[in-house]
Amino acid sequence: MSSTTSAPGDPAQAGQQDIAIEIEDLHKSFGPLEVLKGVSLSARKGDVVAIIGGSGSGKSTLLRCINFLDTPNWGKISVGGEQIVLRADGTPANRRQIERIRTRLGMVFQAFNLWTHRTLLENVIEVPVHVLKIPKADAIAQARVLLDRVGLGDKTDTFPAYLSGGQQQRSAIARALAVNPEVMLFDEPTSALDPELVGEVLTVIRDLAAEGRTMLLVTHEMKFAREVATHVVYLFEGRIEEQGPPEEVFGNPKSERLKQFLQSIH
Amino acid sequence: MDALLDILGLTEAARLLSLSPPGWGMNLLRGLVNSLQIAFGAFGMGLVIGLFGAYGKLYGGPVLRDLLAIYTTVIRAVPELVLILILYYVGTDLINKAATMLGHGRVEISGVVAGIWVLGIVQGAYATEVLRGAIQAVPAGQIEAARVFGMPPFMLMRRVTIPAMMSFAIPGLANLWLIATKDTALLAIVGFNELTLETRQAAASTRAYFTFFLAAGALYLIVTLCSGVVFGRVEKWARRGQPSLREARR
Ligand SMILES: Nc1ncnc2c1ncn2[C@@H]1O[C@H](COP(=O)(O)OP(=O)(O)O)[C@@H](O)[C@H]1O
Ligand SMILES: [Mg+2]
Repeated sequence: MSSTTSAPGDPAQAGQQDIAIEIEDLHKSFGPLEVLKGVSLSARKGDVVAIIGGSGSGKSTLLRCINFLDTPNWGKISVGGEQIVLRADGTPANRRQIERIRTRLGMVFQAFNLWTHRTLLENVIEVPVHVLKIPKADAIAQARVLLDRVGLGDKTDTFPAYLSGGQQQRSAIARALAVNPEVMLFDEPTSALDPELVGEVLTVIRDLAAEGRTMLLVTHEMKFAREVATHVVYLFEGRIEEQGPPEEVFGNPKSERLKQFLQSIH
Repeated sequence: MDALLDILGLTEAARLLSLSPPGWGMNLLRGLVNSLQIAFGAFGMGLVIGLFGAYGKLYGGPVLRDLLAIYTTVIRAVPELVLILILYYVGTDLINKAATMLGHGRVEISGVVAGIWVLGIVQGAYATEVLRGAIQAVPAGQIEAARVFGMPPFMLMRRVTIPAMMSFAIPGLANLWLIATKDTALLAIVGFNELTLETRQAAASTRAYFTFFLAAGALYLIVTLCSGVVFGRVEKWARRGQPSLREARR
């Protein structure tokens, strides 16, 4: 727990049943390149943890290790109190456990990654119907509500390629919400968007924060992070360099690197 | 009708091609049906082999990958006619040896089944490469999106990879199907009564070579044209959701 310094992120100070996600001493290398060098992080239910940091600092890798798109080399991960069982080399011992845990996390990618051969509605019901085995009629009804919520109620039968980036990203958020995830993981959800489309996606995320969704949000939108986050983590070269409440991290940064980083962003 | 044929000088041809004896039309059609049966079977078998081959090449261990590399290289290097001779004679020989060892005596191997196996193995090698390329063309993000929501591997293949790769695979697979229909003609060499052999027999018996080979050519052409229509539809379906280049240029 070397890098945990302040209260909201410290699992020791939160009731066990409140913990939505907990990461301990996570290490990840790609060949000789050590990308994560022992990251510990936790989020309680309802927390919005903003993860900031320079390009290549390991933000995406951190999110990808949480749902095992990348296999960590070392560390502990638990979701909703269920710890993922790992072998000595970090690989998951039980594929089914990984698959089950993955359905409890909702991932939103920088590049949307919608399934292009399926309409928006089909994208949103795909996982509920086929992975979670929810009756199709129920899944469709729920998908319509979700697409309505992200402002795409009139586009349910459109294919992703015919939509703007902002619309695609909002559909991707609806797809992630459709599994009713315990934690939403956002990896730079607005970085691939034209500036005028960023706002509509941030509005959707802001709503989710307001309704108390637990989220890990990798972002370069510092103003937005400051506004919605309950906790901010600054990652530098695979380590947590500084973390704390947004007012502290943004208003009174202690680390030189963080100061420089915040200046370079503006 | 008769008068028209007379004016065109086709009375003789019509008589030779008539569906009832002494015309040979029925023989040609029977040959066509046999050819199509083999082409269908071989194409289907090629698809199955190709799917396993492609997944094996992409995700298999080193031994499997090497074996598949040998398979696709050898099959694609050797002329099809030679392969057919080898696979047909070696294949039937092996089966007969096995049958005698098990105390069954000689087994009669149906021409259609043998043809499907032989051409299917050839088609499988090409299909492996077509499907491997198509799978690799699927954007990695779409596969990741499926994994990240907990799809198990087989469901992922069925629900995401295969539908998403279809649009890349269809043109190559359409080629393979047309090659399959025409490769059936090579089976004439092992005495199988497909369209080409039936045509040759009809032509030899009547000396009307021109008439019969022209008729056979027309039948092959009709098959190709119909296939074109079918594959056109399938490709349109497989490309659903992708704006066409023409739309994109606007
Ligand atoms: N699959 C991979 N193979 C090799 N190197 C990778 C891979 N994924 C990421 N990296 C490297 O890991 C580092 C961190 O990447 P990433 O987590 O994407 O950073 P960030 O999201 O903070 O920009 C980068 O140097 C990147 O080049
Ligand atoms: Mg990144």
